Amino acid sequence: MTGLLAATFEPPSTKDFVFGCRFSLSIGSLDLCFNFIILLLTLTTLFVLAFFYFGLRKPKVVPGKWQLLTELGIGFVRENIATPMLGHEAAGFMPLLATFFFFILFANLFEVIPGFSLSPSSRLAFPFTLAMVSWFTYNGVGIKRHGFFGYLRNTCIIKAAPWWIRYPLLMPIEFISNIIVRPITLTVRLWANFLAGHFLLAIFFLGAWFFFQTGGIAYLPGIFSYGLGVVLVAFEIFVAALQAFIFAVLSASYIGQAMAEEH
Amino acid sequence: MLHLIGQAVDVGTGLQTIGKGLVIGLAAIGPGIGLGVLIGKSVEAMARQPEYANTVRTTMFIGIALTEALALIGFVVFILLKFA
Repeated sequence: MTGLLAATFEPPSTKDFVFGCRFSLSIGSLDLCFNFIILLLTLTTLFVLAFFYFGLRKPKVVPGKWQLLTELGIGFVRENIATPMLGHEAAGFMPLLATFFFFILFANLFEVIPGFSLSPSSRLAFPFTLAMVSWFTYNGVGIKRHGFFGYLRNTCIIKAAPWWIRYPLLMPIEFISNIIVRPITLTVRLWANFLAGHFLLAIFFLGAWFFFQTGGIAYLPGIFSYGLGVVLVAFEIFVAALQAFIFAVLSASYIGQAMAEEH
Repeated sequence: MLHLIGQAVDVGTGLQTIGKGLVIGLAAIGPGIGLGVLIGKSVEAMARQPEYANTVRTTMFIGIALTEALALIGFVVFILLKFA
């Protein structure tokens, strides 16, 4: 068996996600580090800004190409994310939700762009920051609407249950699931999807490269591995759009639930 | 065969490796069943009421996201066991 497989196969590991500083800046005890991930985030921000700037620079009644694209995107966010979840209050949250959607979408798409092949979403800090923005927004909106204790009563107490199950059992469960677990699942969903996606693509393309290097009969599994890798790139593009959509939809749904009247 | 016996792995390490692999496999069972039920019912609803297909689809994606989170937490545990 060892004679057939000449090259050595090095599986991808979490080391692939760690990058050194290109240059760093120290302010007091704070170390600012510009690495590959920050480069990707900077590019993402520039792309999002360019997308909206060139789309809506000179809005016309009959839209041009870029304006049409931007308006399609904003219309999608309004029709499919904001309005179903927030109803007539959707307009106030459109900027936040549209920013979530496009920022996460462009960041995710770096996963499949050759030369980058890594999404900033596969580092925990990026989704966690976005989830914290969502967490502060929905809690802040709820507290503003109902007052601090009113909001807690609204989220943690289910009126329909009898009192002996409502207070000892349902109240802690609702508090933990609504206040503590929600940002964690928002973070982990985005992060783990792109960690797993990067591993998946890396396994199949590294496998193809390894089989092609070995040569001979190993070309057959190499071609299979390469073909599956190409299919998975298409799948990852779908996942990128889906995860951006889901992050925005869940944020909108949490905001909507926080604002809802007592039920 | 001889060189395999020569570098015989101790049983504890082998079982640990199997256990690490089992984490993601077991974590995928429940969400797999859940996703099947969820998407199947959604397709049924869309076929019965095509005019509500958009609403059903949005709700379905939210449900998928909530169900999928369980499998992904299993994946995170696997990553922590494997690399941490």
